This record gives sequence, C-alpha cells and structure tokens, in this order.
Amino acid sequence: MEYFLELFLGGLTRGSIYALIALGYTMVYGIIQLINFAHGEIYMIGAFTALIFASVLSILGWPALAIFVVATAAAVLYSSAYGYTIEKIAYTPLRNAPRLSPLISAIGMSLFLQNYVLLAQTSDFLPFPQLIPDFEFMEPISHIFSSAELAIVLTTVIVMLLLTYYIKFTNMGKAMRATAQDKTMALLIGINVDRVISVTFIIGSSLAALGGVLIANHIGQVNFYIGFIAGIKAFTAAVLGGIGSIPGAVLGALILGWTESFATGYISSDYEDVFAFGLLVLILIFRPAGLLGRSETKKV
Amino acid sequence: MLEIKNMNTYYGNIQALHDINISVKQGEIITLIGANGAGKTTTLMSMSNVVTPKQGEITFLGEQLLTKKPDDIVKMGLIHVPEGRHIFPYLSVMENLDLGAFLRNDKAGIKKDLDHVFELFPRLHERRNQQGGTLSGGEQQMLAISRALMAQPKLLLLDEPSLGLAPIIVRQIFDIIKRINKENGTTIFLVEQNANLALKVADRGYVMENGHITLEDTADNLLANEDVKKAYLGI
Repeated sequence: MEYFLELFLGGLTRGSIYALIALGYTMVYGIIQLINFAHGEIYMIGAFTALIFASVLSILGWPALAIFVVATAAAVLYSSAYGYTIEKIAYTPLRNAPRLSPLISAIGMSLFLQNYVLLAQTSDFLPFPQLIPDFEFMEPISHIFSSAELAIVLTTVIVMLLLTYYIKFTNMGKAMRATAQDKTMALLIGINVDRVISVTFIIGSSLAALGGVLIANHIGQVNFYIGFIAGIKAFTAAVLGGIGSIPGAVLGALILGWTESFATGYISSDYEDVFAFGLLVLILIFRPAGLLGRSETKKV
Repeated sequence: MLEIKNMNTYYGNIQALHDINISVKQGEIITLIGANGAGKTTTLMSMSNVVTPKQGEITFLGEQLLTKKPDDIVKMGLIHVPEGRHIFPYLSVMENLDLGAFLRNDKAGIKKDLDHVFELFPRLHERRNQQGGTLSGGEQQMLAISRALMAQPKLLLLDEPSLGLAPIIVRQIFDIIKRINKENGTTIFLVEQNANLALKVADRGYVMENGHITLEDTADNLLANEDVKKAYLGI
C-alpha cells in the first residue's frame, strides 16, 4: 500500500510539472493554432536562470528560502521576456503564412535556444542547489513524498486556481477566450489581438519557468537538453487532454504522470516512455480530439 | 459622417475594389447591394481596417481611418456586424454581450444598454445563460446585432443580416434595424443581397458590380430603376 502511495504521489508530482508546461502549449495553440516547439526551451531557460541567480545569491550568503523566491521570480521574468521575444521574432511575421511555416520557425527557434544555452553554459549536467528546505512537518512521510515535491504540487494547484480565475473573470481572460474562438470577431469588437497573443505567450512562459525551477530543485541538476524531453512529454499531455483545452491539459498531464509512475514502479523503468506514448496512440485512435477537446462543429 | 474616397483594396495581387466612393450622412440608412463576390464584404472589412486598402482614404467623424487599428476604430463608434454573425460559440449569450462592451468602462451605461437590447430582443434574455453556439440562426443574428449595440455604435455596419433566415425572422430583424435608426439615431450602413428588402428600409443606396460602384441614388429611385429591377429585384 505504501508503495502504491509512493507511486501515486510520484505520479502526481510528475503530472504537476507536465501540467505547468502543457498549459503553455495548449494556451498558445488555442489562440493561434501553433505548436510552439520552443516552449520546452523556455522551461529549460527558466531552470538555468534560477541556477545562475541561486549561485550568485548563495555566494552572498542569502538564506535558501529567500534565494528560492528571488531566483524563481527572476526565472519567471527572464522566461517571459524570452517567450514574448520569440513570438515577436519567429511567429508574428508569419501570422498570415501557411500553417507549416510558423511550425518550422518554432522548431528552428527550439534548436537555436538549445545550442545557445549549450554554448553559453556547458553540455554537462550542472548541480542545482536544494533551495526548498526539508520541512519538519513532512518528516514522517519524507521517504515517499519530499518537501520539494510538496512544493511542486502546491504551486501547481495554486497556479491552476489563479489561472482559472484569470481566464474566467478578468477582461484579458475574456479577450483570450474570444480570440481563441473567433479572431476576426475579436478584432471587430475592439480586442487588441496582438496584445492578447503576447500576454498568452508571457503567461505560458511564466508557468513553464515555474515548472523548470521546481523540477531542477527537486532533481538537483540541469542541462541544456532538459527542455526537449519535458517539452515532448508536456506536448503529449496537452494532446492527450485535447489541445486548446486548459482543463484538458491538466487532466492529460496528470494521467500521463500517473501512467509513467505506475508503469515504472510495477513493470520496469525501461518502459516508461512506451506506456506514455502508447497511451497517446490509444487516445488518438479512440478520441482524436483528446479527452476534453472539442471536435470542430460549424453552423452555417 | 463617413467619407470614402477613391479606395482600392487588394487581396494579394488581385484587386477586389476599384475606386470606391461612398458617403454616409448622420442619421441615414444606406444600403450597398450587389451580387455574390461583388466586393460588398470587402468594402466593410476595409472600413474596419481588418483588410487594409492600398490606396484612397476613409474619413469618419473627421478622422482618417486608414492609419488606425481596428480597436481604435471600434472606440470611435464604427461597429461592424460581420456576415455569418460570428457569435463566440462557447461563450454564453451574456458573455457575448459583455464582450460587445469590451472597450467601455461606464458600468451604469452598460447596464442601461443591456436592458435596452433585452427589451428589443426578449428572446435573448430567456437564453442569456445558453452558449452562443446553441442558438438558432435567427437568435444568433439578434445576438450579433445586440452585441454591436453594446458598443454604442454611431455608425453600424451590417453585413447580410438576412442571410439564411426565415422570412418572418428577417422582417423582425429589419423592423429592429429601423427602430435602432429612429430611436437611437444610429446611422446604418446595410449590405444586402436581398435588394428589395434593403431598398425598402434605406434612404439611399449604392449598387456594386465586380468591385466597382455602378449606381448611386435614393432608395426609391433605385427601386424604380429598370436595370436594378432586372438585375437585383427579379422583376
């Protein structure tokens, strides 16, 4: 039973990270129907930014928790700036181009950012300091659920609630939903669609950066390549849940996290990816639009 | 109120509009009639600057529109109800209406306008919590017009409001259009394929063919014009 619980919580942690990244994919897709392949790199850049800030601040002798807060804030800011800039450089000029063009531009951006970090940093795995202390109240269960994991799950829950509120009730949130559903009409009621797209990229990038910092803190190392794998998994989660759907991304991420965790725990860690992508294949066969996705219906 | 001078609009290399000249005075109902593909919708899209004309000028209330962004044009009170209604399908009727007032901040005024559209279209009030995509075609057209009214239009551009609707609904919608013009003093620019109906409510009309304005006259004269009768009224 305890083993089951450990796997369950492990899957929850994984799923939370996937969810934080998957939201960026799904929101951007919802607004401009683009798979932003550079999104995984934003997550990686978030982790690196936090590492740089954490290194400097720990030399200055700051307490761990304060470092965590400042490094996270810095990661979110940097990644947002990257996300915003990527959209302006790589996607805005292709807004009216055939759909394949921005997709290729996205892949190019992804490769560029990976290699940029590879050159600027190193190809080695760099140790990431433990910034979230082991809380005393977590002591009795720390062997199956660490403080770092708790931080991941809690942050994800809080972020989901805030995001849901933002999308449902704020003016910008309404503008986002309107733009996702009908871009021409959004223009005609006076929504600044360019701004909505920028805000979408900034929110998606912030969430990815948050995921990057939390996972680096949990695993204890970073490398220029982490964004690729996490990005592919989160993208899978988004498709699983129905790309374009925000609750779908979270649901898909959790299912993917648990699938991987249980498959690793009960069968073999070698099959982790087999189960993850096998599940995707099944879903695409039986529900091509994803679990919560909408298939296109048009009324004439 | 609105003055279009020598406007040319292109889609890529293809010229869709040739030297369009249109003028609209405060309080009028103007109609633009013509066959499929004549350029009526493009004319409206050019006014809202969703499609940017290559040459010419559009002045609205004394200001140049061509250099303005679509949201600035909405802010000035030029509101466009596009062809096909474009209801946000997964938003409720209320949310659709709220979005019509997207650029407004005057809570009291918005509330007043909301009551006004519910009075014009009681049906929308009944369906206010329903998703836009689940409404019937006629209800969607009512919602599209109502959403535009929520933006406090000075000039309302209506693109084919009769499209695909039952005759009884069409009559109801046209009655409301006349009411909006009379009671609110809103100037109306109506694009229609149903020329007979459009000319009956309009003060003046323009006839469009292959991207050119070919005729311009009072609605009554156009109704009596032999060419118009033959080409558009089927008489």
